Amino acid sequence: MSLLDLEVQAILVVTASACALPGVFLVLRRLALMSDAISHSILFGIVLAFFITRDLSSPLLIGGAALAGIVTVLLVEGLHRTRLVKEDAAIGLVFPVLFCIGVLLISGFLRGVHLDENCVLLGKPEFAPFNRLVIGGEATASAEHADHGHVMPTRGGIDLGPKSLWVMGIILIINLTFILLFYKELKLATFDASLAAALGFAPWLLHYGLMVLVSITAVGAFETVGSILVVALMIVPPATAYLLTDRLAWMIGFSALLAALCGVLGYWLAHPRMLDTCISGSMATVAGAMFSLVLLFAPQRGVLAVLRRRQQQRWDFAQLMLAIHLFNHEKTADAERENRIDHLQEHLNWDPRFARRVVRRAERRGLIRLEEEGMLRLTTPGRAAAEQALQLQ
Amino acid sequence: MMTLADFFRPENYPLRVVVLGCGALGLVSGALGAFAVLRKQSLLGDAISHAALPGVALAFLLTQTKEPVFLLTGAALASWLGTLLVMVIVRYTRIKYDAALGVMLSVFFGVGLVVLTYIQNHSTKANQAGLRNFLFGQAGTLLLSDVIVIVELAALVLLVLALFWKEFKLLSFDPDYAATLGYPIQLLDVLLTTLLVIAIVTGLQAVGAVLMSALIIAPAAAARQWTDRLGVMVVLAGLFGATAGVAGGLLGDLLSVPPVALPTGPLVVLCVSAIVIFSLLLAPNRGLVWNGLREMARRRQLQLEAILDHLYQLSLQHESLDHGHPFAVVRSMAVGQGNVLRSLKELEARGWARRTGPSMWAITEAGLEEARRRRIVRQQE
Repeated sequence: MSLLDLEVQAILVVTASACALPGVFLVLRRLALMSDAISHSILFGIVLAFFITRDLSSPLLIGGAALAGIVTVLLVEGLHRTRLVKEDAAIGLVFPVLFCIGVLLISGFLRGVHLDENCVLLGKPEFAPFNRLVIGGEATASAEHADHGHVMPTRGGIDLGPKSLWVMGIILIINLTFILLFYKELKLATFDASLAAALGFAPWLLHYGLMVLVSITAVGAFETVGSILVVALMIVPPATAYLLTDRLAWMIGFSALLAALCGVLGYWLAHPRMLDTCISGSMATVAGAMFSLVLLFAPQRGVLAVLRRRQQQRWDFAQLMLAIHLFNHEKTADAERENRIDHLQEHLNWDPRFARRVVRRAERRGLIRLEEEGMLRLTTPGRAAAEQALQLQ
Repeated sequence: MMTLADFFRPENYPLRVVVLGCGALGLVSGALGAFAVLRKQSLLGDAISHAALPGVALAFLLTQTKEPVFLLTGAALASWLGTLLVMVIVRYTRIKYDAALGVMLSVFFGVGLVVLTYIQNHSTKANQAGLRNFLFGQAGTLLLSDVIVIVELAALVLLVLALFWKEFKLLSFDPDYAATLGYPIQLLDVLLTTLLVIAIVTGLQAVGAVLMSALIIAPAAAARQWTDRLGVMVVLAGLFGATAGVAGGLLGDLLSVPPVALPTGPLVVLCVSAIVIFSLLLAPNRGLVWNGLREMARRRQLQLEAILDHLYQLSLQHESLDHGHPFAVVRSMAVGQGNVLRSLKELEARGWARRTGPSMWAITEAGLEEARRRRIVRQQE
């Protein structure tokens, strides 16, 4: 593993966890698709800022992009507040317009400028280490050296590492600080917004704070991993973690961890020695694979666990029904007729196979006894269960 | 400037094909979008269009051709699978609809990117243009054969929509009631979603994945402002979509002066967005402008009433109605109730107040009666 490998992975891990942190709250607050909207509108902000600065490396571009993200949020909410369209439609109306204006401006006026939509959507993490932060002096490395697999030395000055590692590192710290500082408030505003408002917290302030974080994070991350992957990193790890735990703190931790894992695994899956394909896509693929595994096998919330639980409830309910039926008719005149296995079909509308299986399960649990000629008798625990269900005790 | 006669000249044949294709596309996506928007599935279109990418890429990888039939089938299968997954996630876990859409959209798109880049790195046939076309479409290069496919699929989709009209209507407004009536609502749900998938997948090659969602949502959102009837809404949405498609296609041709070539897809979206903005502002009843005007009139009415009431209160302190009250007094009573002088003049015009001297005001007999009447009305309310 070369230094370059390490540096790209470090960038990916930091980016992924920085995205996952605000993503937790997006998923919990049902704002998941706001990340989609923001990450598309960024293009518009970048193009506008470029018209002002005419410099692709200007920090104003990031400012413009973050501003576009916030404008998107404000427009969506303004539109929603008119009550003329529903919130999901408002999202879907706003971001395509901004995105289209961005695309048209690029194709109309910025031909030949190295700013293309593919780059915005896909990013180029493998080239990120070649843009280095150097103090005093000038970096000589460029993307052409990517094939050599190592980082070029710099001419004079101190090499502080890849620029995007610094950018994303700072964003990660900002996100972490925000969440730690306002943990209690965020928790309250997320799970019970009206209580938060009643207690005098300002849920809307937190909401916009969160949206600013999402915008900044999306802007910082799209440069390395592209805007679609920003959506993947913001939504998929938190959604996965949501299936694993019921505690907010654990969910945040799991999300960051899973996201970081996506970074490392995604990098190696896309490595020229493996599939030789694009890193951002393979990170999303890994995230998707993790999500699918958890979706199926999560202990409490997974699909299989849910299905098993529903099945179990179905049998439990059927056994209880059987016990109640027997209880209602035992010691009555028609008990001989009612409390027989072949009568269940008529009375409880069970088909014979189902009835036999319920009887077998109830017998195994000791709720009933199957006697000669298909007669069914309640045992003492069976009678207790029926009485308890009928609230006679 | 192009005239209608120019449009039908032989050399404009390609343009006519493009316009026809965009129009048909707008028509069918608008009509289906009406259902998506009403069912709060607006963003399903966005997710479906992104989820098509792995289908397109895998179809290419397996067949090694760019035959639209294979690519469209692949796209439809992938989108369909994705939509089904969203349904499963929402049904069996506590993950909400929006997060499920986000997961599906981004993961499918990511997988698509992986396959596509893999193809580009390992095959000589593919080129970079493939992804660009998928994302942004290439309406300007639609051929007659493409347009025939679009029109055929559009006709099919609209036919099914007409056949199941009653069922889809019930499904959109009251699925629980539909279920109690014995309709197979899950099957109907899948059928309606399948129609949406077909519409989106046909639109992909014209306007691209990123913008297809706008073509689903925007015409329907605009149509919603004009009517409360589903039938009218669907027809209007189809018309808006078709209009935007035609206008975008024409604009793309008009504005593209070589070497600048403006992509048609974004122009179509901007056209349909213009229709949305117009509808939001000016649609009768629901329009924001009318709402604003109504709001202003109401506020004016309340201000007038308040000033009249203040004059009434003042008049109670004195025996005679001729006793004038300084303007400053009235104003100090009416803080935050708009322009007091303007309201007084308005009251004077209606004969409910009069001037008793410079800057002195009093209520009239008629005004007294009016103020009493309104007090009673307020009490009753």
